[in-house]
Amino acid sequence: MSDEIIRVENLTFEYPDTAVLKDVSFTLHRGDFLGIIGANGTGKSTLIKIILGLLKPDSGKIRLFGGELSRARSRVGYVSQKANSFNAGFPTTVGEVVRANLFSKKGLFRRYTKADDARVLEALELVGMSEYKNKPIGALSGGQQQRVFIARALAAEPELLLMDEPTVGIDAASVSEIMEIIKRLNSDGMTIIMTNHDTPALLDAANKLLIFCEHGYEEFVNKADLSFERIADILAGKRVHRHG
Amino acid sequence: MGNIFAHAFMIRAFAAAALIAVSAPCIGLPIVLKRFSAIGDAASHSALGGIAFGLLIGINPLVGAVLFSIAAVLGIEGLRKKFGAYSEIATVVVMSTGIGLTAVLSGFIKNGAANINSFMFGSIVAISDFELIMTVALSALVVIVTTLLYKEIYALTFDEEAAALCGIPVKAINFLLMLLTAITVSVASRIVGALMISSLLVIPTATAMLVAKSYKKTLIFSIIFAELFTLIGLFVSYYLNLRPGGTIVLIGAIALVVTAFLKRKS
Repeated sequence: MSDEIIRVENLTFEYPDTAVLKDVSFTLHRGDFLGIIGANGTGKSTLIKIILGLLKPDSGKIRLFGGELSRARSRVGYVSQKANSFNAGFPTTVGEVVRANLFSKKGLFRRYTKADDARVLEALELVGMSEYKNKPIGALSGGQQQRVFIARALAAEPELLLMDEPTVGIDAASVSEIMEIIKRLNSDGMTIIMTNHDTPALLDAANKLLIFCEHGYEEFVNKADLSFERIADILAGKRVHRHG
Repeated sequence: MGNIFAHAFMIRAFAAAALIAVSAPCIGLPIVLKRFSAIGDAASHSALGGIAFGLLIGINPLVGAVLFSIAAVLGIEGLRKKFGAYSEIATVVVMSTGIGLTAVLSGFIKNGAANINSFMFGSIVAISDFELIMTVALSALVVIVTTLLYKEIYALTFDEEAAALCGIPVKAINFLLMLLTAITVSVASRIVGALMISSLLVIPTATAMLVAKSYKKTLIFSIIFAELFTLIGLFVSYYLNLRPGGTIVLIGAIALVVTAFLKRKS
């Protein structure tokens, strides 16, 4: 298949006292949606941080768009659990927050233009938040703030979007709205890698799964290849064992 | 007392104060929002050590203040990494060292106490031509750099991780911010005094945060408030025969309390 977006080969990472990732390998192509499933502490967020270059793996290789991350930075977007840890007292508007991510397109010292403001509005429209552009971000609900952070990632027009538990701490209605936005982005061709505590939502949206278990065991599968029994096991939170 | 502008020293004082009132909020806003306000205090206490050192070896005290303040912020950055989650220890250690150094060095200076005193509480009316030129140059440097790096400073102040991910050289700009803080603190120590300089970094910003809703407007309001506090402070101190530094700080503190009260009422 053409249009390879990311290739991860034999990735291994250990914290001082714990092996978190061991020989993780997978490849995604344009339009894939990878859901990363697993209990807390199994390495889901660590993998996202390694892909982003925030952590250095002990061994293994990552190719993004056929090259190094440093050459593909502007093509990768990231959404974290920011709505939870966000300082609501920071004096800033929604528009300012979203515009900040245009740095990867602008570079040092260059000032924002009207075209940049139009791009900010477009990104906010994608998540249904354009009318909040001039509102202080601290005045929004957790769900609205997270939609703004998704817009921030979208402002730089990424081709690969990494999301680490983007719906944590958000009310149920906002979670389903956010999942609909993510699925729409994916159906428009954006490649997505997402960790989520809400396994059913992830199983529904993803076409590929990376299943993390304890003791550094993991498996990369196409969702279509999973049996009903396996899906039932995953949904029941049972430990998953590699089949065959 | 007559016309305030009839005296050359008052014109110099107003010029220096007006410049500092622009540069201090440019540094004060990111410092406050990054919760690094105490670094201003540590740098200013170290600046006193530099002033004593300058007086001792016969160079302009302001030059000594700039050098010691820069050494202080570099020391804080170095020590912060050693203490991990307890990184605020670094600020206290550097601040205490600065005060200790001032106490020891001032003992060797002729009229040491009087000289140091003028820098501790400010002596804007005694600004020399050289100090005015230095204030103009360093304030201009701070304003130009923070204007050129406006979008980068905003991004890393709001979310350092996201700023790094979109390619902003976070470490380099943080380092530059620390250097500019040291410069601002040293220059402003002549005006409001080293013991009160952090008030010029913090109070206008804190007052602006009560009335503005965006980062840009908070910066603009911080500058307006800093100008009002310093210029009104100079007028009041001149006509009531008060110390300028303390008057500026008290006017700022009163304005902050009144703004907070009015905001609560509305």
